[in-house]
Amino acid sequence: MIGFGRRGLLAGSTALLAAPALLHAQPAGGVKIGLVAVQTGPQAALGTQLRDGFLQGLRHLDGKLGGLTAEVVHIDDELRPEVAVTKVRAALERDRVDFVVGVVFSNILAAILRPVTEANTFLISTNAGPSTFAGRGCNPFFFTTSYNNDQVHSVIGQACEDRGYRRVFVMVPNYQAGRDAVAGFKSRFKGTVVDEVYVPLTQLDFSAELAKIAAARPDAIFTFMPGGLGVNLVRQYRQAGLANIPFLSTFTVDEATLPAQGEAALGFFSAASWAPNMDNPQNQRFVRDFEAQFNYVPATYAAQSYDSAMLLDSAIRKVGGNLQGKDALREAIRAADFRSVRGPFKFGVNHYPVQDFWLLKVARRPDGKFQTETDRKVLEANVDPWAAECRMR
Amino acid sequence: MTTQLLLVQALNGLQLGILLFLVAAGLTLVFGVMDFINLAHGVQYMLGAYLGAALAAATGSFWLGLVLALPAALAAGLLLEVLVFRHLYARDHLAQVLATFGVILFLNEGVKVVWGAAPLQVAIPSLLEGGIEIMPGLQYPVYRVAVLGAGLATGALLWWLVERTKVGMLVRAGASNAPMVSALGVDINRLFTLVFAFGAMLAGFAGVLAGPIFSVEPGMGDNVLILAFVVIVIGGIGSIRGAFIAALLVGLIDTLGKSVAPDLLRLVLDPSAARQAGAALASMLVYVAMAAILAFRPAGLFPVRGG
Repeated sequence: MIGFGRRGLLAGSTALLAAPALLHAQPAGGVKIGLVAVQTGPQAALGTQLRDGFLQGLRHLDGKLGGLTAEVVHIDDELRPEVAVTKVRAALERDRVDFVVGVVFSNILAAILRPVTEANTFLISTNAGPSTFAGRGCNPFFFTTSYNNDQVHSVIGQACEDRGYRRVFVMVPNYQAGRDAVAGFKSRFKGTVVDEVYVPLTQLDFSAELAKIAAARPDAIFTFMPGGLGVNLVRQYRQAGLANIPFLSTFTVDEATLPAQGEAALGFFSAASWAPNMDNPQNQRFVRDFEAQFNYVPATYAAQSYDSAMLLDSAIRKVGGNLQGKDALREAIRAADFRSVRGPFKFGVNHYPVQDFWLLKVARRPDGKFQTETDRKVLEANVDPWAAECRMR
Repeated sequence: MTTQLLLVQALNGLQLGILLFLVAAGLTLVFGVMDFINLAHGVQYMLGAYLGAALAAATGSFWLGLVLALPAALAAGLLLEVLVFRHLYARDHLAQVLATFGVILFLNEGVKVVWGAAPLQVAIPSLLEGGIEIMPGLQYPVYRVAVLGAGLATGALLWWLVERTKVGMLVRAGASNAPMVSALGVDINRLFTLVFAFGAMLAGFAGVLAGPIFSVEPGMGDNVLILAFVVIVIGGIGSIRGAFIAALLVGLIDTLGKSVAPDLLRLVLDPSAARQAGAALASMLVYVAMAAILAFRPAGLFPVRGG
């Protein structure tokens, strides 16, 4: 009897809970976006870039996506997968978001991919691009407007080849992404890796490693030191007088860390599919208005998020605002019928972009601020190495 | 590895040790004299770095920033003592750990609200720019030599204060038996406040000095704090001399371990495995050394507290 009573109560309360959700269902003409951006902890600066980029996109679209009024539900993943899952589930079930957009870090993306896609909701990553979802793990409800991580590292490998470096010193943090960086680099670099140094993620002082670099006298160094690690390394590298050894890096010198690296990073190299100085009208408008609005130079995190707003706008417009027909919506997103700030842009079979990659160089602008600028196109219309394994459709 | 590289690495180790000493000195005094576990010591280091960076930017001079940041760090330490820590002295260690951990969270978020999440830049003062070539192609920055000098001078000053002055005598007495000092008519609470504020200032000083070398960012004190605890446990809690020796030891073990371990492992493993295992081993080495020292001297190298 008690069991029956409890079940009855449960059924009743479920009905009660569902009722307000029905009442509050989206009025026709609206679209809800769950924007996942880390706002807690040392990496919050990257989440802020990502968030502001998307908001700038909405601003240029007068707050509308494909004619529907857009409402943004902000989700701070706190860089903790379990927190991200809880908050994203709440956004899906309580707020009934139509799209989930954002995500800086791959481990957060890995955690939320299933909850989002199993709810038949489109997930658009604007930064994290792990290989896990590019090959066999590709997913019809998952798109990314960034890149596959491996591609970025391989750009530096190719650039070292192109510049004729034969002996390269490699230094990365001792965790999965660091080892992936080395693998990506080696996939295109055919010369000698003089030494591979793995440092702890909590490394403060690089003087021991810098002495090793000086002793090895390589033609160049390749490094991947995200966030504060990169700030420490770049400044200490310059202070140690090693700047005559070319410094090629991924996710180490960008607009999020340059304010702290400043002059120390001048002339150092990075790799990406976008840079603030790219010469096309939509990019010039993006960078100018972004800086006027937020008062700092946008990085790739912001640019890729801005593109995702433009992508959603084009897709929703194509389906005439009908968000329920998922297959038509998928085709509309796949068409990528918008003008990207990086110029040519299209999706491959695995929903990862097929795009050009550039070697970037840190420069000082006339107004005294620092930014990365395109140095040379390294890879053209590049397809990530995993796309062939994707059996979507 | 050449002898020259080994010497350079030893110098790098000393340099890291000196910086650790500046942080650990305040921590060991607070822990030793007051029997108070202050996890928030690391954020005081961070606060010093931020105050130094902000004041240097505001005044346009690193030196003015340094001079102003010291009293500011002292004041911040006093404020925290009066508002939070004073109420915890009589509580057990768990309550202290919880409360000071709360202060870490609060201040880490606090600096982000005030200065933003992105790291700040502090330029090296022009007087100390440039470097000395210590091996072909490698400059040793003059600024680091200055930090080394400042750390040694601070160590000497602390030694003189603790060993040769009346206040220092009370501090030592407090470290070995606080109730007895109190019974002899010394205002132990005022002594505690003084020690605490001084410790906060030392951590702040280390923070300002670290600014031009490391990135000034939220949470920068957390890594330093763990190493500082290792230092004071190895050195003997409450002992300035112990903290000094242990800090140099930790700096040397850490730096030399990082540079030698992968090369040594290469003798028995293949190169790629040796590199990764060596890196993992090097980051453990400090803790292995701590465990080894504690196994033979459970109270640290220079125990203070009298039985």
